Parts: sequence; structure tokens; C-alpha cells
Amino acid sequence: MIEIDQIDKWYGAHQVLKSCSTAVAKGEVVVVCGPSGSGKSTLIKAVNGLEPIQGGRITVAGEVVGSTNLSRLRARIGMVFQSFELYPHRTVLDNVALAQMVVLKRSRADAVAKADGLLTRVGMIDHRMKFPGQLSGGQQQRVAIARALAMDPIAMLFDEPTSALDPEMINEVLDVMTELALEGMTMMVVTHEMGFARRVAHRVVFMDEGAIVEDRAKDAFFDHPDTDRARAFLSKILHH
Amino acid sequence: MIEFDWDALVRALPFLAQGMVLTLELTGLAMVGGIALGTVLAILRLSMPAPVPQIIAGYVNGLRAMPLILVIFWFYLLVPLFLGRPVGAFSSALIAFTMFEAAYYSEIIRAGIQGVPRGQLQAALASGMSYPQAMRYIVLPQAFRAMVPILLTQSIILFQDTSLVYVVGLRDFLTAANIVASRDQRPIEMYLFVAAVYLVLCASASFGVRILQRKSAR
Repeated sequence: MIEIDQIDKWYGAHQVLKSCSTAVAKGEVVVVCGPSGSGKSTLIKAVNGLEPIQGGRITVAGEVVGSTNLSRLRARIGMVFQSFELYPHRTVLDNVALAQMVVLKRSRADAVAKADGLLTRVGMIDHRMKFPGQLSGGQQQRVAIARALAMDPIAMLFDEPTSALDPEMINEVLDVMTELALEGMTMMVVTHEMGFARRVAHRVVFMDEGAIVEDRAKDAFFDHPDTDRARAFLSKILHH
Repeated sequence: MIEFDWDALVRALPFLAQGMVLTLELTGLAMVGGIALGTVLAILRLSMPAPVPQIIAGYVNGLRAMPLILVIFWFYLLVPLFLGRPVGAFSSALIAFTMFEAAYYSEIIRAGIQGVPRGQLQAALASGMSYPQAMRYIVLPQAFRAMVPILLTQSIILFQDTSLVYVVGLRDFLTAANIVASRDQRPIEMYLFVAAVYLVLCASASFGVRILQRKSAR
């Protein structure tokens, strides 16, 4: 579904992605982890072309990312951001309905019906006429997930979806994501939530200093990491 | 003790009203045109590859470095040369004001667009919107909401500046008052009245701006 083939990216002289290769199969959940500044967010944002790359190639469902029809491809890939990025000037309902109408040209009635179904699913239907500023972080992130799902995506990208949340709100978001994974959604998730990775992920990609250091089945990664860097990272993140 | 004579003023009111109509027309049209052109300039400057941003920066800085009165005068001379036919003082003044104000508006609008968090544009693009769609539905509405008070303040300045059109022979409110004042030899009454009108209009506009500011700060 998602194929990342030897991609490179530089910010000036600084190389932030170093010949990274990995893949996410249909229905697979891949967790990307690593220390901050390791390039995880840059990697996941390259998948839908938000971060242009200078070398290598990414394809999603056989289409090369960065080719002329980038918008059409993006419409099929859902994305959830660390800071939610709900549209503050639009209601919760409009947040979920807008791109359906503008991009997919659905009628307002169809878009609203779809939005209401998804808002029910993420437990936010009672807040549909509120503005994002009136919601808690966990609520906003659940709306953001509904917004991404409204486009009927073939894959979902999560860029640290719980990093900006207060601890008591993390689980309500992870629960929605877990449910999505169990339904067979193809997911690429940048996160530090190793509990989520253990429960839900099929594979774990570990990055450090712009390179993919390990890319292995979940159990193999957690039980016997290959590299010292991954071991050091795991011991830091698990033992506190 | 000065003896005031307000009769001359009352007799001159229809003439002054004509001047005010011209002032308001010029202000309104130049404001709409200036904001429209300013928005286009701001977006092009932020989104196009070189050398477009540099050219726009040159335009903006060039016009902002020039006295408005000179711009009005130059356009009066230049527009007919470009078009090959006379266009009249009002049209040339309107074009001059629109181009001049667009330079100021575009800087305000550019700052407004840059004030919208970059993640908003990314979220819109990630949902499959094109850049123009993302601007139209997501970025510009938020930018304009934050900018309305500053845009209106700039428009109040524009309203006051329209009095400069006397250099191309147009009769705006202040010019009309000048004519009456020297004709009837009652300059004190006339200029008191003119000052009062400007004060009332600009003060109420500023008051409106403050209310809007309070609303948008909610």
C-alpha cells in the first residue's frame, strides 16, 4: 500500500532523512518511533507530500507521491496531526463535512450524514455544533480522526496524535485508533505510546538521526532489539 | 467676539454633499479594489517562486516610498499615455488610489496570512484541497478575521487621504469646502464644519473598529 524507497531529504546541508526504506502493506499497522529529531515526523509527512523529498521515491497504492495528481492522492490518505489542526472558524460538523464537499464534491446532505455517522462513532456527536476552541484536546483529536475518515481513506497517517494531550485524554484517542486498527485500516503511526504499539502494531520502525535503524515485527523489536540505540531508547521510554 | 454666520454654510450644503459623495465613492471603490488587489499580491508573494515575490516586493516598497500626492499626479499623466485615450480625473485617481492602497493592504494581508498557523494549511492540503481551495476555505477566512480592524484603520486613512485629489481637479468634500470658503469669505465656519464632519465619521469608524476588535478577541 505504502512503499518508501530510499528517500533522502536535506534542510540545507543537514540531512534529515538518510536513504530511508520501508513499506506498509494493506491492513498493516506500522508504528514509527525514535528519539525527538530523528526524522519520524518528516518521514510520515513525506508520505502524503507535505514534506518534499530530494531523493528516492514513495508510492501509495501504486501512485508516485509528488506526481501531478498530488491533491487527488492526498484525498485518499487520511492524516492526523500532533496539534489536531481543526479549523477554528468552523463548527465540529463543518470540520468533518467541508473537504467532503470541496474535494469529493459530495452534496451537503451526504457530507453531513457521513459526518454525523463518524462523529457518533468517535463519541462526539453531541458536540457537533460546537467550535474546536470549546473542546478538550482529546475531543479535538477524536474530531480530527473523524475528519480524516470522512474521506474514506485507503490508509491513515498519524503524526504523534497523543503527544499534545494531557495524560488523562490519551486513552480516549488511542481507543479510537485501536478500534480502527482492529477493523483492518492500513495505518502508519508516529508515536511514543509503546503500550499502543505492543497491543496494536504489526511492525515497528525505529529511527535515529534520520535513518531507519530497525524495521521489524513488533515482538521481535520489543523482546530483542538488534541495536544498542534501540535498546537505549526502549529502556528510557519504558522505565519511567 | 467673532460673529458666526451659518447661513452661508446651509446654502452650500448641497454642493458640499456632492463633494462628500465623491469622497465616499472614491474611498469605497479604492478600498474594495485595493483589498482585492492586495490579497492577490500577498498570496502571489507568499506562494510563487522567484522572481515573482521580488517583483511584488519592489512594487510594494516602491509605492510606499512615494508621497501619495505624487502617485495621484503621475497616474493622471500616465494612464492616458498607456491607454492611448483620456480616462478622466476620477478614473485615474481611482486607479492611483487602488494601486497605492493595494501596496499597504497587501502588507497587512501578508502578515495576516502568515499569522495563521502553518499546520492549518497543511491540514487543508492533506485533506486533498488544492492550494487555492485551502486559501479560500481555511487560511483567508482566519486571516481576514484577525485583520479586519487593521484593514479598517487603513481605510480610515484612505478616507482622509482622498482629499488629495484636488491636484487633478476633482471636487471631493474638502475641495468643495475650500471653494465655498473662499467664495463666501466664511472660512472659519466652513472649516469648523469640515473638521466636525471628518471627526464624526472617523471617530465612529474607529469606534466600530474597537467593537470588532473586542468581538474578534473573544
